[in-house]
Amino acid sequence: MTQLALVIDLNVCVGCHACVTSCKQWNTSGAAGPLSDRNPYDADPTGTFFNRVQTFEVGEYPNTQTVHFPKSCLHCEDPPCVPVCPTGASYKRAEDGIVLVDYDKCIGCKYCSWACPYGVRELDEERKVMTKCTLCVDRVYDNALPPAERKPACVLACPTSARLFGDIHDPDSAVSEAIRENAGYALMPEWGTHPSNHYLPRRRTAMRFHPDELARADNPLKADGLLPRPAKGEPTLDDVASW
Amino acid sequence: MRPDLSVILLTTLIGAGQGLFLAVFTAQSYALLDLLPSQDGRGFHATGSLIALALTAAGLASSFFHLGRPERGWRAAAQWRTSWLSREVIVLPAFMGAMFVYGVAHWYDWRPVLAELPGGIPLDFTLAVGVVTTLLAFTLFVCTGMIYACLPFLQEWRSPLTVINFVLLGGASGFTLAAAFSVGAAPELTRFFTAWALILTLLGMGGRGASLVRNRRLRPRSTLQTAIGIKHPRIVQKSMGFQAGSFNTREFFHGRSAGALRWVRWAFLAAAFVVPALLLAGALRQPGAVLLAPAFVAQFAGLMAERWFFFAEANHPQNLYYQAVA
Repeated sequence: MTQLALVIDLNVCVGCHACVTSCKQWNTSGAAGPLSDRNPYDADPTGTFFNRVQTFEVGEYPNTQTVHFPKSCLHCEDPPCVPVCPTGASYKRAEDGIVLVDYDKCIGCKYCSWACPYGVRELDEERKVMTKCTLCVDRVYDNALPPAERKPACVLACPTSARLFGDIHDPDSAVSEAIRENAGYALMPEWGTHPSNHYLPRRRTAMRFHPDELARADNPLKADGLLPRPAKGEPTLDDVASW
Repeated sequence: MRPDLSVILLTTLIGAGQGLFLAVFTAQSYALLDLLPSQDGRGFHATGSLIALALTAAGLASSFFHLGRPERGWRAAAQWRTSWLSREVIVLPAFMGAMFVYGVAHWYDWRPVLAELPGGIPLDFTLAVGVVTTLLAFTLFVCTGMIYACLPFLQEWRSPLTVINFVLLGGASGFTLAAAFSVGAAPELTRFFTAWALILTLLGMGGRGASLVRNRRLRPRSTLQTAIGIKHPRIVQKSMGFQAGSFNTREFFHGRSAGALRWVRWAFLAAAFVVPALLLAGALRQPGAVLLAPAFVAQFAGLMAERWFFFAEANHPQNLYYQAVA
């Protein structure tokens, strides 16, 4: 079984929104239809996006950390949005675990968005159907693209390589290794949705010093508590003998 | 959640329709056992069930305004194996169809006896259809309630009380309407319907009050800490990623103040329960449309406010991700 997913490294994400714009560009240009915008140049603009980068501040000044947090569909292994769909428009592909919406079957009842605790489904105001991240299913299987580009648009756009893409069911894949070795975690584990996308935590670079590292415990000068005579600061033979 | 007028109308109208049909059929089944006087098929049973049919049809019509693509609405019957919404989409027309057959059979007095029950009670066609319609009415209540009660992370709805309240509130408004309707159509049943309407209204007040108390004590299982997976007591969102609105900021926030919510709560408790209960109690002493018609109007308006509050009080965990514009 394959489960394609993203692994997002919060330690590396700089919050540049390149994944947001590349996602919008790729997915609004595809055969599946546009991600429409309303009032893009007026007051109160609004539009459909599959991917958002949010920013959180952790801690209290001056001890704060700014966390940039990209959020898109997590392609849950047990997606609560799929069984509630009355038409079968929402489905999870058996072959690669991508959760998709069939835009030709969707009636726009919004029930699936109610059933998603992560708020990653957005109703397109022009097409009046539910839309969501497709994990760029139209890129990753496109044999016309060079193999290195058969990845989601957001992954290719990320300037800091904060986004990894791969099969999390393959224990030897880069994403599985990243989750395993770098403490990858899932969002809102309390609902049992088993999200496929994982996040790698912030890691502060810190060194810990123990007092015995500051003053060498095995300094031979301190071996038996005996210090060479005369001690530093005491007059030496030179002080008396040189005139 | 943002209350949507089409869904408020759908649930209140079909609830009243189901309740009214149950009242009409209760009269027939009681009459069968000689507990109540038999009524005119055309004037009471047919007219009553056709009024109920009109209410459910209006509810069904308003539900289409909730859809982005109403022309594809028929597809919603596909996933009845997993989706309560799909089940409702099937049961609602089935209930309406059975009710239509019931009404038409009474209108033309087409009542062939299908079987004889023990004790010499004849089981005629209208009775058989009525039993089926009654089962469909209760199934519809369960489907409607489970649409909301089956969503695990909307904790305010995730309770058997949700389903129970749909039954009680629909039943209360339906029996109040039946009492008002019977003043002209079947005066000897007015007292019977009024008493049951009062009982159901009081039970509804108990059920809804219980869910209000329960929801007040809820502790959200999802927090900002679990939402972004960072263990720290103080996390603040500085930016939700965009400056203006999105589907997520429109669909899941009611946009009213806590004071407005409190006001609506007291208003619906008064209009849906207290006022109708007093009017119904008065009508028990002095039956007449003077008290019963206002009782139904007040209760229906109160139940619309109740349904508005039902949506507004549900706090979706996705809102954790949409708290600040920067």
